[in-house]
Amino acid sequence: MASTTHDTTSTQSRTLPLAFAALLGLFIVGFVGFSHAEAVHNAGHDYRHSMAFPCH
Amino acid sequence: MNIFRNVVFVAALAGLVAGLVITALQTFYTVPLILQAETFENAEPAHDHAAPVATETAPAAPVEAHPHDEEGWAPADGAERTAFTALANIVTGIGFGLLLVVASEFAGGITGWRQGLFWGFAGFAVFALAPGLGLPPELPAMPAADLVARQVWWIATVAATGAGLWLVAFGGSAVLAVVGAALMVIPHIVGAPQPVSHDSPIPPDLHHDFVVAVTITNLVFWMLLGAAVGVFRTRFARGLEAPQGSLA
Repeated sequence: MASTTHDTTSTQSRTLPLAFAALLGLFIVGFVGFSHAEAVHNAGHDYRHSMAFPCH
Repeated sequence: MNIFRNVVFVAALAGLVAGLVITALQTFYTVPLILQAETFENAEPAHDHAAPVATETAPAAPVEAHPHDEEGWAPADGAERTAFTALANIVTGIGFGLLLVVASEFAGGITGWRQGLFWGFAGFAVFALAPGLGLPPELPAMPAADLVARQVWWIATVAATGAGLWLVAFGGSAVLAVVGAALMVIPHIVGAPQPVSHDSPIPPDLHHDFVVAVTITNLVFWMLLGAAVGVFRTRFARGLEAPQGSLA
């Protein structure tokens, strides 16, 4: 999310854990929604179609 | 470390709730249409479900064959397939929840379920509505452009729309609001990758019903996710040391 670059009010101690949490979220969504691995695609097939991810 | 843990905790609870509910909705509204579309896919011997490069083997696949059994593991139809759909919904519910919580924390945090509905709608606009304008929800057996090109456009559109919406809402100046609005429009001027031909074995009525079902179930998912974040954040993460009483 681009929002991580718009931290104007928070302290450094707050930004870093939030950035890590955002990275974790991006990794999860990216893996389940975009992985080309056959097994991941097949397991998440109906999910990908239902959430309108580009699928095969 | 408290901040990270609390963000993950709130996102996990909200993602679990929203993921379970969306699975039930999909079971009734979207999955039956996917299964119906797969009958057209199986009836088309030339179509290769798994690989975009259509130089595979399999001359005339048997009509009864499952579309995924050419290669690789796939869950068995029925309960197992539904279970993996539920798992994907819950896991990505947590992933989307993380993104929603983090984005809202930078704006002071979601302070209740009603505010959560608003943030959820923003998530719907960014992750479903914007990419869906150029790449409407697809059914199996429908023609589509190169997978990687569509994935790149999808990700770029989501990033640009998210950044644009943020600038409009929190940019704080007219110039940034205009830049934000432009960011939301530009992906659609560039245009999503389209197939050479839209000729499809899928009846238009079936696809129409699917687009409607996907859009509405996505809307419910996101509003529920936002509301759940608002509820769990106020209930479980209250009183933590933080500027503006926010989660972190």
